[in-house]
Amino acid sequence: MGDVGDREYGEAALRHNLEDLDWLAQTARAHHAVLEAVAGRGPVVPMRLTTLFASDAGVTGTLQERADDFRRALSLISARSEWGVKAYAVKPSDPAADPGHQAAGPEGPAAGPGAAYLQRRRAQLTASSDARSEALDSARNVYAELSRVAVTSRLYPPQAPDLAGQQGPMVLNAAYLVADERAGEFAAATADLTARHRFVRLTLTGPWPAYSFVGEGDGAGQP
Amino acid sequence: MTGPGYDPVIQGERIALVDLLDRVLAGGVVIVGDITLSIAEVDLVRVSLRALVTSISGLMEAMDDSREYP
Repeated sequence: MGDVGDREYGEAALRHNLEDLDWLAQTARAHHAVLEAVAGRGPVVPMRLTTLFASDAGVTGTLQERADDFRRALSLISARSEWGVKAYAVKPSDPAADPGHQAAGPEGPAAGPGAAYLQRRRAQLTASSDARSEALDSARNVYAELSRVAVTSRLYPPQAPDLAGQQGPMVLNAAYLVADERAGEFAAATADLTARHRFVRLTLTGPWPAYSFVGEGDGAGQP
Repeated sequence: MTGPGYDPVIQGERIALVDLLDRVLAGGVVIVGDITLSIAEVDLVRVSLRALVTSISGLMEAMDDSREYP
């Protein structure tokens, strides 16, 4: 808990500052750093960014009124951590380069460059749509498999391609609450899944403070 | 064999801002299209396209570098 002023955190100022990506980034990182530091000493229920109270009495009042909620949240996250798993669809390789996909239609290679092109193009489109649906299937499978190692899980919307960088379309953006003693098993399961699914690339982040598992209505979801 | 690109980004490295925002902005932050951050269905943050583009290129880099947004 820290005191802040109206100049930075008043309604109008906050609205403005939240639009300032530098401010947002610094504030989010500072918020996260505090949580990380406290999390080293025991379970911690993360507040949302820019959770503001008008007075100290407001804080103690909320803690008292919602004591049961906080206790429930603490018991859910004790000795557990959040892990993030994202899956990106892997672009299929050019089918023209793959002898298995070479055009072998009724026209045959003698049908001329136009037909050959169309055939090649059709094969590319088929491969790309297959890869897309394979990636989605893989994402569902990964989500379900990892859920077995987790206490609970939650899905976030996939991040926009612009933000995800050059990694390809995101097909899964999940958070898992995992018992600390199973963290190794969870990472191993992630590695195992990435080896088994060639149409997705997985990234694992964490351990995070249990951001995704302390709010109201935060629960398991289905992809 | 590790498979194609098993790539754990374990913390301690700089975490990606977008992953952090997913979490600290109430969960369910939707970073849609190119300019709107919203919580649930409520548009919360309109980031200027320019700032966002700058952030994308530097997303995995330190955000506390004193880069400037005119």
